[in-house]
Amino acid sequence: MAFEGLTGRLQDAFSGLRKKGKVTEADVKDVMREVRLALLEADVNYKVVRNFVKTVREKALGEEVLGSLNGGQQVVKIVNDELTELMGGEQEKIIFAEPGQGPTVYMMTGLQGAGKTTTAGKLANYLRKYEKKKPMMVAADIYRPAAIDQLQTVGRDLDIPVFSMGDQVSPVEIAKKGLEEAIAENRDVVIIDTAGRLHIDETLMDELEDVKKAVNPNEIFLVVDAMTGQDAVNVADSFNERLSITSVILTKLDGDTRGGAALSIRSVTNKPIKFTGTGEKLDALEPFYPDRMANRILGMGDILTLIERAQQEVDEERAEEMAAKMRENRYDFNDFIEQMDQMQNMGPLEDIIKMIPGMNNLPGMDNFEVDPKDMAHMKAIVMSMTNEERENPDLLSQKRRRRIAKGSARDIAEVNRLIKQFKQSKEMMGKMSNGKMGGMEKMLGKLGGGKGKLGKMGKGMGGMGDMLGGLGGGNAGSGGKKKKKKKKKVRRKR
Amino acid sequence: MGLFDKIKSAFTGSDKQKDTVRDEKLSGAAPASKEEQVEKVTEISEKSTAENTTLEPKNDKKETEHYEKGLKKSRVSFTRRLNELLANFRYEDEEFFEELEDLLIESDVGFEATMHIADTLRYESKVQNVKSMKDAERVIVSTMVDMYGETNPDHHYFNENKDGLTVVLFVGVNGVGKTTTIAKMAHEYIEKGQKVVMAAGDTFRAGAIEQLHVWGDRVGAEVVSTKQGGDPAAVVYDGIETARNSGADLLLIDTAGRLQNKKNLMNELEKMKRVISREIPDAPHETLLVLDATTGQNALNQAKIFKETTDVTGIVLTKMDGTAKGGIVLAIGKELGIPVKFVGLGETMNDLHPFDTEKFAYGLFKELIEQTA
Repeated sequence: MAFEGLTGRLQDAFSGLRKKGKVTEADVKDVMREVRLALLEADVNYKVVRNFVKTVREKALGEEVLGSLNGGQQVVKIVNDELTELMGGEQEKIIFAEPGQGPTVYMMTGLQGAGKTTTAGKLANYLRKYEKKKPMMVAADIYRPAAIDQLQTVGRDLDIPVFSMGDQVSPVEIAKKGLEEAIAENRDVVIIDTAGRLHIDETLMDELEDVKKAVNPNEIFLVVDAMTGQDAVNVADSFNERLSITSVILTKLDGDTRGGAALSIRSVTNKPIKFTGTGEKLDALEPFYPDRMANRILGMGDILTLIERAQQEVDEERAEEMAAKMRENRYDFNDFIEQMDQMQNMGPLEDIIKMIPGMNNLPGMDNFEVDPKDMAHMKAIVMSMTNEERENPDLLSQKRRRRIAKGSARDIAEVNRLIKQFKQSKEMMGKMSNGKMGGMEKMLGKLGGGKGKLGKMGKGMGGMGDMLGGLGGGNAGSGGKKKKKKKKKVRRKR
Repeated sequence: MGLFDKIKSAFTGSDKQKDTVRDEKLSGAAPASKEEQVEKVTEISEKSTAENTTLEPKNDKKETEHYEKGLKKSRVSFTRRLNELLANFRYEDEEFFEELEDLLIESDVGFEATMHIADTLRYESKVQNVKSMKDAERVIVSTMVDMYGETNPDHHYFNENKDGLTVVLFVGVNGVGKTTTIAKMAHEYIEKGQKVVMAAGDTFRAGAIEQLHVWGDRVGAEVVSTKQGGDPAAVVYDGIETARNSGADLLLIDTAGRLQNKKNLMNELEKMKRVISREIPDAPHETLLVLDATTGQNALNQAKIFKETTDVTGIVLTKMDGTAKGGIVLAIGKELGIPVKFVGLGETMNDLHPFDTEKFAYGLFKELIEQTA
């Protein structure tokens, strides 16, 4: 996940401070130097860094912080608030055309290789799924070889129409005709994919201006690679100057970049980041929430996004049913597989786990990773069981286990391990399902050997234990195993 | 209200009020400072565009001029601002060092290298009693030149297999320009009269195979491919077979862009490399990491992890025709010892050039060096 490196550095910077009661001016100064370096190392633009540090320092030196008993915490809170503010404060919604004004028109712009075409597809998919729109995509990249093929393939995969006129017609003409076609076909969103270009290429920037004039878009998205360095500001500034972009989409956030571009662009262009690209699949597009991102950057987890992802992937009735099964100790291997699939749909396991508050602070968490192949292996093992065995794991004798190992082409030891873990997690679920969060904490404790903060939040949340238990089921089985492995690896390294 | 919404409100319900209060408080103070900030930034960018227009004409074809054109922007602003900074130099002035660090960072010299330079200057200013601007300048320059020396091992040459097939594997994250770079290189070698085969190992991205085919037709190289979603290692194998059978001189293997933290994709790459080495023991003769010059500090991670997986032998630095300076390659050279072998300076077939550290560094620091000499 992006930002982790930044998170680590900031946490180091704060570690001393958090423990402190009273904070002195010198403490603040020391911490702010660390914060400054952390931000610079993360590619945040140096001017933005300077302003940020100045603001935080001034606020942190206010009387309430220096005088108060938990000044360290307050400084962290100020940084959190300012980070949120830096990224735009509130989440901003995508703009649609007024009803009766014809289709909504979007333009995708940016440098080469930022991910415009993929993002165009993701956006179309997103708008169809969540906004019930009927999008159409327009292939106006006539320069890069096979760019049109790429958009057409994306369109075919998504079953969303793509308008193209080949690469011998001017992009302005394509955009115009595309819009006409959309109106004729009764599509209500038109997404125009343009060619990547350098912000200093006058001819091509003129062309974008012409396209803009021709179709009068409701939004002009600047697509920016989250790994961009100091140059991000120059790029965003030039595009904004020429085109008055309306918002930014940040791509490749699933890498391990520290994501400084996200922090700089908003304050330089004053245009909001509306979406982030978080994977190669065509559904990996998420709305951008500045406050949640600030929490993540400071290693505070992001429980809201976690819940929302679960909400998207998991059928609520099934979830309730699953919870009931756990309570009644009826949870079996079929449920296990189902949950594992749901977990995988929610994104890489290591990312999901880190959204749980407190998990980020666990030792070894920074290089915790899961090979999706291991998940596939576990699935293969379960798939090699008969239906009876899946429903009643007690049937699994040594003989049956050998058969399963053969059937799934896995080691007998691996089969044994999976079955043992399944039984353990089932036991744990039973304990947890009495509605208290104690079990969850224990489970988290077991996972990482650290302290979960969930207990605090558990108050007044009846269903929470069940839900996370439901998620945790997959977690305890798969994640738990990984965790053990990981620990071994870490030890070996030392 | 569904189960999930209940859970969500349990988290947000109590927090909401607090948030709005906070926002109100902030909205009073924040706008003013933000406007100020934006104003400042536009001012600076205006300044630099003004400078840009006075630069040399566009039609220079010669390589040095290419470099200089690409780097001139950074050099002009870099040198001028450095001089401004030095003019105000005061002994042991922490603010000065902070500004110096900012300046180097902005010039994309890279964080590590920046700290190295600043720390050296801090140390030297005490030891050598640096008091004047001249002294400070001398120390900065010598530190930079030392660093450049470290990054200048003599292995920038392209490892060609003189008596047979040369296999080159291209790796990198998404959108850096791997396919385009391959086309450029194919063009260069076909111009030299060599026979080139390209293998479309990017079976993942939509349109990637077609893209390579279009380039193949344009430059006149045979393209080996399978259908989208096929096994890239199989394409590699087919590519090697085809290249051998047709007596080709050069086999260029494209791969799908992958973020270095995707373990399974990196494993896939390792497998592709294994297939190559199994068929031809001393191949790939070059494994080139394609790096986008606009990339920031993450480029160091990219280089580190791709080197671990595929033993990268060199870097192709692309998109150097923009305003990005690619200064991070200095840090990569210093930390990992991976040399840059080629630079991409534009979008046409002829825009791939062998990297010349001296020209690169000279381009960056030319005026500075001349002034102190």
